[in-house]
Amino acid sequence: MRLEPRATPSAAATILWPAAAIGATIVFSSLLVMIAGASPFTVFFLVFKGAAGSQFALVETLTRATPLIFTGLAVAVAFRARLWNIGAEAQLYLGAVMTVVLGTGAVTLPSAGLIPLIMLAAMLTGALALLGPAILKTRFGVDEVVTTLLLNFIILLFVSMLLEGILKDPMGLGWPQSKRVIAEAQLPRLIQGKRLHFGFILAIVSAIIVWVIMKKTVLGYEMRAVGHNAEAARFAGIPVNRVIAKTALLSGGLAALAGFSEVAGLKGNLTLDLSPGYGYTGIVVAMLALLNPLGVIAAAIFVAGIFVGADAMSRSANVPSYIAEVMVATSLLTMVTAIMLMRYRVRWR
Amino acid sequence: MIEAFEILFTASFWVAAIRIASPLIFATMGELICERAGVLNLGIEGIMVAGAFSGWFTVYMGGDLWTGVFVAAMTGAMFGLLHGFLTVPLGLSQHVTGIGVTLLATSLTYFTYRILLPEVTSPPKIEPFEPFAVPLLSDIPVLGPALFNQTPLTYLAYLTVAVVALVLYRTPVGVAVRAVGENPSAVEAQGISVTAIRIGAVMAGSALMAIGGAFLTMSAFNSFFFEMINGRGWIAIALVVFGSWRPGKALIGAILFAAFDAYQVRLQQITGGVIPYQIFLMMPFVLSIVALVVVARRATYPKALMIPYQKGER
Repeated sequence: MRLEPRATPSAAATILWPAAAIGATIVFSSLLVMIAGASPFTVFFLVFKGAAGSQFALVETLTRATPLIFTGLAVAVAFRARLWNIGAEAQLYLGAVMTVVLGTGAVTLPSAGLIPLIMLAAMLTGALALLGPAILKTRFGVDEVVTTLLLNFIILLFVSMLLEGILKDPMGLGWPQSKRVIAEAQLPRLIQGKRLHFGFILAIVSAIIVWVIMKKTVLGYEMRAVGHNAEAARFAGIPVNRVIAKTALLSGGLAALAGFSEVAGLKGNLTLDLSPGYGYTGIVVAMLALLNPLGVIAAAIFVAGIFVGADAMSRSANVPSYIAEVMVATSLLTMVTAIMLMRYRVRWR
Repeated sequence: MIEAFEILFTASFWVAAIRIASPLIFATMGELICERAGVLNLGIEGIMVAGAFSGWFTVYMGGDLWTGVFVAAMTGAMFGLLHGFLTVPLGLSQHVTGIGVTLLATSLTYFTYRILLPEVTSPPKIEPFEPFAVPLLSDIPVLGPALFNQTPLTYLAYLTVAVVALVLYRTPVGVAVRAVGENPSAVEAQGISVTAIRIGAVMAGSALMAIGGAFLTMSAFNSFFFEMINGRGWIAIALVVFGSWRPGKALIGAILFAAFDAYQVRLQQITGGVIPYQIFLMMPFVLSIVALVVVARRATYPKALMIPYQKGER
């Protein structure tokens, strides 16, 4: 068998293959649901109901989608330039650390000054955390996948150290948690009494800005060129290493905003369970979105819906909520396969 | 200070070091085989989780310990087949696919755990492998107990290194595996299928990774915990680079690394909480990054690593 590139993917192929990927994911998870002894129809109905069946469910899904939009954007931007950032999890936590460092009373400013200041500082921290692996990649040829993965462990331990040390809330009854951010550092709620917060709007705006950067600016063009063929880009006079460094700064900054928005908008303080793997799930979100920044919004809401829906489902049906993780992982593998089949024709001979 | 130095001469320290090294040896050899054939396997972390669970569960259900090891290996090979199929004939990104395999293997394992053991609150235990003192050899001072008073799985780890080295450098299959990682079109010209060799290598390597995971549940400990692999797979990937893709050097790397890990635990006890414990726990990961940077300049990657092969191209 061999693969032939298609000149231009047909419109049908761009719709049918991703749809087939989702279909295959549903078939596979249905099998697992049946093994667990439940009816797939009931289970998927419950997942859907739990994710979008009521105003409460929808609000919960959008709340869960917020950090995923940020981490999804972080991954989409990096992968576009073939910078394999698997460290969004760590960058998220660093953004959260910066939020509690500046937001718990160390700086007193009105909201209009304090929130942008915290956002900038958080982005800078996350950006620098990815700049390290990017420089190791361009200068020393060290694979950034391994360094960003290893950094996830290092930075999580670092956060744990801070939470048991200088950032520990003295009123926290001994729990490793930070103090709560002051009122001026909090993002407002979008709906009175609901968990959905202004971070969601920031995420949407970020997606639009990233889309503009990718499509309309020289940097975006250079990033795509580097991702498409670094050698050719270098030959064409694009400063490849500098483009990779800029990509790293942008990607790390976006991931850090996920941490900022979770602390300032939702949780109010920093704990070690702030993120149940949003950084890793961001990879799936970005791939489902075909690395398109605007697609990231839809993909993040879809993935968040699966998680929120599966949580609700597992409470009523006897199927472990880990089915959500399985579905998300499966959809990643089926989607990368679908993207390939969109672009190549398989010839058997 | 003297105390910190004396640790190095205690038998118990080296026993612990070899015990810590054992799962890393399996995992590192597994990754080495995959990469030698030109396929980066980032599924390693998840495959180790799946191996840890499937081996342990087989024994928990009344299976023999060696049956458990075999089931773990087969589980690993199945995930290897998945990774191989997606990255070799389909030529998908080895980075993204590997992360996907890790996420899938991990989540499937946790899902299966919850289905098979729905009621448990504390993880059930099995009777793990017992240490077996090799007569005479284990009487050598310090090194004897460290190397030769371990569980049979550790001896299997030594054997694995020898077999991997022998097969890679002394058999036609090994030559083919190394060749598809360096110059696949030359192999195809010999009438050997690059696809078959690569998928085979990834399956064999993944089986070893899974045994590495099973070592934790069936030899080092006696039950399965979530998060128990805890980055060991990623460390194995760093060790392969550190060992310049050579089994012997990778073995030395794994033992050095494990000795360092065992040392930091003891140092932690001596310093008695002056330094936050997280600093010690970070050290293995920091060390891995440092090792990567140090060797990176003179690293000789398999030339076709991460490059999908298409019949008839070039």
